[in-house]
Amino acid sequence: MQNRTRKLLTIVTEAALEGTLVRDLDQLTAHGYTITDARGGGTHGVRDAGWDASSNIRIEVVCDTETAEAIAAYVQEHYFDNYAMILFVSDVDVLRPEKF
Amino acid sequence: MIDPVILFFLLGAVAGLLRSELRLPAAIYEFVSIVLLLAIGLKGGIELAKQPFGSLLPQMLAVVALGFFLALVAFPVLRYLGRFKRADAASIAAHYGSVSVGTYAVAVAYLGSRQIAFEEHMPLLLVMLEVPAILVGIVLARGLSRETRWGSIAHEVFLGKSIVLLLGGLLIGWASGPEGLSSIEPLFFDLFKGILAIFLLEMGLITATQVGSLRRYGPFLVAFGMGMPLFSALVGTGLGWALGLSIGGTVILATLAASASYIAVPAAMRISVPEANPTLSLAAALGITFPFNVLLGIPIYHALAVWAHAFAKG
Repeated sequence: MQNRTRKLLTIVTEAALEGTLVRDLDQLTAHGYTITDARGGGTHGVRDAGWDASSNIRIEVVCDTETAEAIAAYVQEHYFDNYAMILFVSDVDVLRPEKF
Repeated sequence: MIDPVILFFLLGAVAGLLRSELRLPAAIYEFVSIVLLLAIGLKGGIELAKQPFGSLLPQMLAVVALGFFLALVAFPVLRYLGRFKRADAASIAAHYGSVSVGTYAVAVAYLGSRQIAFEEHMPLLLVMLEVPAILVGIVLARGLSRETRWGSIAHEVFLGKSIVLLLGGLLIGWASGPEGLSSIEPLFFDLFKGILAIFLLEMGLITATQVGSLRRYGPFLVAFGMGMPLFSALVGTGLGWALGLSIGGTVILATLAASASYIAVPAAMRISVPEANPTLSLAAALGITFPFNVLLGIPIYHALAVWAHAFAKG
């Protein structure tokens, strides 16, 4: 049986970054992504999504290990210092591995 | 007598400070700000149809210069008196050189309820004043380095929500004229104050959330948040008088100069100057300057305009 395990990369960050991050993901050869509106709190205070400046998004990308590592490295270098952002990677089983 | 729309702002602020459960869905806030921006643009557009564009050019250029000037004055004050980091000082300066459409709308309501006429093409000047300070802020923070991606910055600045809606409204109003717009008048003009009331309710809630960060950043930011609009209003009043605006027009121009942006500039700064702390500029612009202008500033600028016009007559 084909190896069906892929990486699920999740980024939770400021909504202001959405356009920039989507461009980055395309360049880093992610095949697809899902974005949802989010709210929460952390070291940058409560982000209650009441209006633009306090809105968060959650971006999810399913991809192979190399792509996940490339995205993680790129995002860490460019955004971690100045933006409210967390990123984590987990293993997921997928039904159509060729898609990712 | 205090305008009911101001009472809505106070209701929101008090509810927020008391940690009420009240929350407006983000989509509602988005919707009312879109309607306000379009309504303001349309109003200005109707007026543009009546005036030759060339006669407005000197005013437009003067207002662009005003935007550059205010941001350039604010920066050294913040950097050397306030001892802010370069990026933070540049970002706050950009907020104060630019304009707040919400404050403009309150000034329009204020003059409307007192039946004071003003030049209806003011929305055009509002658009002109929005952009220059953003450019100044970015250059002050980064310098004129080759690495700055001006293409994407221009995209961010000129295609931001507020500019697109204001300019779009201006063009639609200009193309359709007053008769053409009569069919959509009930939504954009008749309901204007009701929409403004809901907008201000949410603004009150947002303002209340800034109080915590104000406590952290101390008295300088509070003093700046009230001193800078007073200074800017003086400059705006002088310019309004020099451009030959009516008393109402002078009040509006002074209010535009005094207001600090919280829609277009924060979005542009977040992308173009990410190292600037957004909490600082929003705490000042929303926590101090917006309520100051709405509650005290506009009546003060009104008195100032009356005084300046009386003084000029001798």
